[in-house]
Amino acid sequence: MSTVSLGFVRTKYEFVSYFREFDSVFFTFLFPIIMLGIFTAAFSGSGTIGGPGITGVDFGTYYLPGMVAAGILLSGVQSLAVGIAQEKSDGTLKRLGGTPLPPLSYFVGKLLTSLVTGAMQLLLLILFARVLFGVQLPTDPMKWLELLWILVLGILTCGLLGIALSAVPRSGRSATAVVIPLVLFLQFISGVYLPFSQLPGWMQTVASFFPLKWMAQGMRSVFLPDSFKTLEVGHAWHLGWVAMVLLAWLVVGLVVTRLTFRWIRKDA
Amino acid sequence: MITEHVVTVRGLRKSYGIGPNAVAAVSGIDFTIERGEVFALLGPNGAGKSSTVEILEGYHDRTGGEVTVLGVDPQQLHGRALLDWKTRLGIVLQSSAEQNTLTVRQMLRQFAAFYPRPRDVDEVIAAVGLTEKASARVNKLSGGQRRRVDVALGFIGRPELLFLDEPTTGFDPEARREFWGLVRGLQAEGTTILLTTHYLDEAAQLANRVGIIAAGALVDIGPVGEIGGAEARVPIVRWREGGGIREERTHEPGRLVAELAARFGGEPPELEVIRPSLEDVYLQLIHTSKAEHRTAATEEVPA
Repeated sequence: MSTVSLGFVRTKYEFVSYFREFDSVFFTFLFPIIMLGIFTAAFSGSGTIGGPGITGVDFGTYYLPGMVAAGILLSGVQSLAVGIAQEKSDGTLKRLGGTPLPPLSYFVGKLLTSLVTGAMQLLLLILFARVLFGVQLPTDPMKWLELLWILVLGILTCGLLGIALSAVPRSGRSATAVVIPLVLFLQFISGVYLPFSQLPGWMQTVASFFPLKWMAQGMRSVFLPDSFKTLEVGHAWHLGWVAMVLLAWLVVGLVVTRLTFRWIRKDA
Repeated sequence: MITEHVVTVRGLRKSYGIGPNAVAAVSGIDFTIERGEVFALLGPNGAGKSSTVEILEGYHDRTGGEVTVLGVDPQQLHGRALLDWKTRLGIVLQSSAEQNTLTVRQMLRQFAAFYPRPRDVDEVIAAVGLTEKASARVNKLSGGQRRRVDVALGFIGRPELLFLDEPTTGFDPEARREFWGLVRGLQAEGTTILLTTHYLDEAAQLANRVGIIAAGALVDIGPVGEIGGAEARVPIVRWREGGGIREERTHEPGRLVAELAARFGGEPPELEVIRPSLEDVYLQLIHTSKAEHRTAATEEVPA
């Protein structure tokens, strides 16, 4: 069987495993949905959020793009970094390494699973926001196309970074301790939980080196009224930058993965 | 070439760490495994068995010596050639902590897809006695049942060479006997098998030849019935006399027993006639090797 079709075989079983594991379902799949619920419910009495000269939107609408971006980060970075580190320490990878499965098929399986579960998560988030909080969704088809490319590019980038990051934890148990603080930190400085426009300048600068800030910005351009772009740095959505930063990190992820991935920890 | 060595190992050395802190796990081992043979590698924990086996499986690079497995040096293989080589191997690693939420059948279907000519999934499940558990999730199985899944995954791909690293850990006695039947069946189909085990009776039952490793070196190698030499297999007669246990090794245990019976004027107390099993021979070899090792170590103390 070809490398790609073996990748599809892996995807099928990865997908089944994903939904049979509490950790992945709760901390990756449902987490952004739960957070959207909490934030929206907490601020529902505070009216609307906006800025000088901008008609405000309700909190559900305001938080949706950030949670969509966080979902992409979790489905890629967190899910794969923790998952692969655990597979490395529990012997799964060693077993696979003794079979003729090409490493590339293994990655295809991981990335496609992230893509499928990430897309499902996105749909569920949108449905949740629409039905429970009455969030107005974009009507312009171009906005949906924009959503699609940010989703696909975002998942691939975050997925590869997750694979690259999986080499860092020394054991499966320490994987969550390494990955979760990193992911949480990025969510706080990138405008997922706190409005990005209200963060201090230096924090915005730090965040702009990482992909999450750009994914969140891209998602704001999809879900928020166009007038909100005046709140962004430079008063524009800068989608070109979104694409470029994500692509740059995608290359970083590819190179690091290519250089560091081993089925087992090699000895001296 | 018709009589082909499936595995050749010449002067194999493996050290971990570098410089003065390097620890030698394997220090010069030679053996070959012929096609269709079951070869058992025995030795205490830490003797270098796993290091040797994992070098043959392609997991580790060696420090020195020469190795061929199925005609090639695993260390020289890359890319497609490496994957093609792996299609001809089956590897059952020592039991792991894997938490698999797939069912037995899902696991086997998946692994079957990795190989060009896999066996039938349901036949393999039946062969390891898991038909009733085929739809159960692997992480819900008992330790022994999980081990059977490991074994099943090892031969689903119809390997020419099968590595079995302590395959029956956690098996009850009945399951072990069923497993022996399975191994004999695989051998009958022409599979070459490298077995490591701590159950010496298992090695005696299954292996054509055994190699015994202690402290990184091969202590003895040969057919199961000849290992340790003829002297090691001389029967022992044991009895109680004069307040203690006495024993004597003799090629004629019957005559000795008759003499004892005559001397005691009846049954000698606590009489035993013991024909050393592979386990007895093994323990004796390991014991001797340790003693020699200690002597050598003492002599090597630099001036």
